[in-house]
Amino acid sequence: MLTYAIKRIGLGLLILTFVMVVMYTAVFLVPGDPASVALGPRATPELKKMLIERMGLDQPVWWQIVEFFRNALTGNLGYDVWSNRPVSTLVMEALPNTLVLGVTSLAAALLIGVPLGCLSVVRRGTAADAIIGVLSVGVIAVPSFVVAIYSLLLFAVTLRWLPAIGAGETGDLVSQAKALVMPALAIALGWIGYIARMVRASMMEVMGEPHIRTARSFGLPEWKIVSKYALRIAIIPTISLVAVGLGSILSSAVFVEAVFARPGIGRLVTDAVNTRNYPVVMGTVLIMTAIYVSITIAADLLIARLDPRVRDVFRD
Amino acid sequence: MSSVTEAPPSSLGRQRFAPLRALLADPFTGAALILVAGFLITAALAPWLAPYSPTKIDVLHKLQPPSAEHWFGTDHLGRDLLSRIVFGTRTALTIAMVSVVIAGAIGLLLGLIAGYGPRWLDALLVLTFDSLNSLPMIMFALAIITVLGAGTSTLIIVIAATSFPSYARLIRAQTLALKNSDYILAERLLDAGTVRIIFVHLLPNVVGPLIILLSMDIPVVIMVEAGLSFLGLGVRPPTPSWGSILYDGYTSIRSAPFMVIFGGFPLVLATLGFTFLGEGLRDYLDPRLKLRRPA
Repeated sequence: MLTYAIKRIGLGLLILTFVMVVMYTAVFLVPGDPASVALGPRATPELKKMLIERMGLDQPVWWQIVEFFRNALTGNLGYDVWSNRPVSTLVMEALPNTLVLGVTSLAAALLIGVPLGCLSVVRRGTAADAIIGVLSVGVIAVPSFVVAIYSLLLFAVTLRWLPAIGAGETGDLVSQAKALVMPALAIALGWIGYIARMVRASMMEVMGEPHIRTARSFGLPEWKIVSKYALRIAIIPTISLVAVGLGSILSSAVFVEAVFARPGIGRLVTDAVNTRNYPVVMGTVLIMTAIYVSITIAADLLIARLDPRVRDVFRD
Repeated sequence: MSSVTEAPPSSLGRQRFAPLRALLADPFTGAALILVAGFLITAALAPWLAPYSPTKIDVLHKLQPPSAEHWFGTDHLGRDLLSRIVFGTRTALTIAMVSVVIAGAIGLLLGLIAGYGPRWLDALLVLTFDSLNSLPMIMFALAIITVLGAGTSTLIIVIAATSFPSYARLIRAQTLALKNSDYILAERLLDAGTVRIIFVHLLPNVVGPLIILLSMDIPVVIMVEAGLSFLGLGVRPPTPSWGSILYDGYTSIRSAPFMVIFGGFPLVLATLGFTFLGEGLRDYLDPRLKLRRPA
């Protein structure tokens, strides 16, 4: 288990390094320097030189990469080119909003998706099962930002039940919760369908196992077999999916935050991309990748603990 | 002899269309096929179907609600919304097809090399695939856009770069499974060259699941294109894209809500159509493949 953990974490660090090296190299492979693109065609040479120095683009590539990592390790991710504020501060301000959104969406998706999947199994072959199946695929297909825009139109503009934009007043939990409802639902909707289908699929495999047949032969009611004996095993693949899911939920958050003007990581990085603010983009991408990779590792380790078959593979 | 000639000629036709018939047995797949065909025809015939030019500005008639003249109304610059949506179909499908084909080709080639090539190369390629795969896709996409600047070609590069690793992974696994099969060993004994073995013997046998995966990814790509164009980081204006139409509607959601209503519809219908068609194809051809993740 320990060797496995070390291996996974090592691979994670390797991936992070690889990503940053690729990104820095890409900046240099592209024709035209970023400073003139950022400043536009009418920039003076002095201004350009200043910006190049500020972005550190006058140093050799390998040195920039080394510098970036050296600084990143001490918590310094560079400075916003335009406002000169530290990137780490910007990220720390935006991150809580995005994490709250991601975790809420995922929790909502699990709370609704898992029971739906179980219901599908208990009522397998019936109309309810078929309807859940079709609806699941349907909601998976619909892009979250379209759901976001439609719900904005319905609940904020037409019905005026919920606030249209922002993350709520600081310190006011009710207004924060209200501002969270629509973005979270927009993201969760597709995941409800996905989780329901995954739970159904992995549970159908489990339903043929001997211990389920034993439980059935004791005359236990079907819903009890499903919720008590089958779910315990069938939930394992779902856990790994959910962990990977948190990463793509952070991606959906980029679009959904744009729709609801929610001041999170998505907005921070989109604005930075639009203004060619390299340090902010690089810093945010590094942090988000680090979070994503850590979540994946944590999930893998959790699975290894829960599922002896995985654990045994890595013991050898 | 006589029994053969006596067989009604229609039975042969029925046999030939048996796969299509089986695919259409599921009503959702059938409906999806009709939807997808509709979108393909709209994209192909856009100049003839659109009542106006999608880029013709007419500020005097801006933000007009739907009428007999403008079925879907006009946008904030007075452009005909229906025409923009029709041409947006062309943008969406072209980008989706081109980028998926490019990503598929890269994935196929690298997957074959990783699966059949020397072990060190395999290890290096797998590390590359896994690194790219373990990135949050949108973050990676935004990083590329910062470097290259927004535009159609950047969009295609972004989609190809973020999706080829999973294709390569699939092809590599398939290749590894076939690598030591009898017929490949026989070819090697017959002194066939590596290139010949890869392209003549391995490729046709590994490409099937890839095609299913590609078809299932088309709705995801359509969504990514629309999403990035919505953020102003995709297709450049004035080229019509479903995403930028939605953005224009979003900015005037209070004064002209019909714009987002009509603007979102084709996107929802297209992703639904392609998803259900992909699901149907998957169920019919290879039920072991997994369901795609939410967009």
